Amino acid sequence: MNAQPIADNLFTDDNMTALVGARNKQTGHISFPLPLTPNDDIEPIALASRGTVWTYTVQRFPPKTPYAGPADPENFKPYVVAYVSLPGQTMVESRLTGIEPEDVKIGMEVELTAIPLDPDAPASEQKMIHAFQPV
Amino acid sequence: MSDVCIVGAGIHPFGRTEGRDGMDQGVYAVRQALADTGIAWEDVEFAFGGSAASGAADTMVSKLGLTGIQFINVSNGCATGGSALNAAASAIKSGEYEIGMAVGFDKHPRGAFNADPGAYGLPNWYGEAGYMLTTQFFGAKIMRYLHENGLSREALGRVSEKAFRNGAKTDHAWRRSEVDLETIMNAPMISDPLNKYMFCSPAEGAVALILASEKKAKELGGPMICLKTSVMRTRPPGSFEVFAASIDNERGGTATEIAAKAAFEQAGMGPEDIDVAQLQDTESGAEIMHMAENGFCPHGDQEKWLIEGRTEINGALPVNTDGGCLACGEPIGASGLRQVYENVVQLRGTAGDRQVPGDPKTAYTQVYGAPGVSAVTILQR
Repeated sequence: MNAQPIADNLFTDDNMTALVGARNKQTGHISFPLPLTPNDDIEPIALASRGTVWTYTVQRFPPKTPYAGPADPENFKPYVVAYVSLPGQTMVESRLTGIEPEDVKIGMEVELTAIPLDPDAPASEQKMIHAFQPV
Repeated sequence: MSDVCIVGAGIHPFGRTEGRDGMDQGVYAVRQALADTGIAWEDVEFAFGGSAASGAADTMVSKLGLTGIQFINVSNGCATGGSALNAAASAIKSGEYEIGMAVGFDKHPRGAFNADPGAYGLPNWYGEAGYMLTTQFFGAKIMRYLHENGLSREALGRVSEKAFRNGAKTDHAWRRSEVDLETIMNAPMISDPLNKYMFCSPAEGAVALILASEKKAKELGGPMICLKTSVMRTRPPGSFEVFAASIDNERGGTATEIAAKAAFEQAGMGPEDIDVAQLQDTESGAEIMHMAENGFCPHGDQEKWLIEGRTEINGALPVNTDGGCLACGEPIGASGLRQVYENVVQLRGTAGDRQVPGDPKTAYTQVYGAPGVSAVTILQR
């Protein structure tokens, strides 16, 4: 079995080509992710896969639970958390991948990908999370 | 409508007190406030109080005395203390009561606040994937703010340096040692651009304030410190708050901007009329943003103000004269009331080594927190 998304309704499909946003049918307002409970006013839409970094920070220490990624303080690898502006839609909070924290710049172009939450886990148990990488 | 005065103030030292729970710290602060006012618990007609993690405030009557007092619990996140004060002031303004109390207390475990995604309407993956950290929000928010306003990371260090310098002069502060700018700038990073000296920590502490009508305050005979206004506001569309899996491309204002504007209007004053200010400094970036959001300086001028020492105790607008949250820690229920306590002390002229010179007459507080709430007070002597 291939690596699976960490949750249903996060990506549009198992190939993880787009994130699912929530569009309010009345107002057109778009947010992410889908609400926990179904809502007649909300319809799912595919979010753009390209955007720009609006801001970011770096997670420098292993988070406590409910974090489920590698948390060994000795081998913890800091990760970048950004808000990626998707034009005409919303800004999505997402990890950045394929770039060192020191090289991240506000305004840089990025595109959607998926990465394993724990790269050392066996492939069959891997949970995939969304991330953006430099274009 | 009666004016409202603050006639007594009590504080339990902030930080860590082993062997004393949050509620007992609250009782300690109440007893000190009663002694400061020169009244007995039996004289207090009503109370509003709250804590985030240390139980229902009204149960402290079992320690203070079963006088049958009206005691209403307030639970309003980071604005709990500010909201208790607001409600107490309204009760006196209405004319129904002459004298009452606002109290806030808390005792939090060590380390950053742990949060459950479901409680915020977020799916479990949000926590599992490593987004459920308040520190990330603060880092990302100030990263953008520095970028937009041409401020350097050193401005953040200067805020912390000032906080520890003021905390060293403050009896009720937790961090009582100065830290130099170079040490601050080179400390381990927590969530870029903020490092370990730039964040406050959850802590313990309690504050009680006794409020009275102007008539009652005159009878009591102490210094007349009037609560000109007490305003609490929630967030407008497009604000940037903690635990947001997405935020709007179209950016909006902040709860603080709305609260500050209303407070200045109600008090009939402007930012230029304020002699001393206590501003929310959950991390150093918050103090920088709040200097501008409250109207004290234009966005982008903060670093210049810090370099020129304008927010030092002897500056044009002293900010966080007791070291703020950075030096005192943040017991959620008590934090907003600590700011008001500090202003009462400053306006009485009894702040000792940290006294603002020049006989300050007006004092401002602003508390901000999750989920996008802000409370402002203005005191005048």
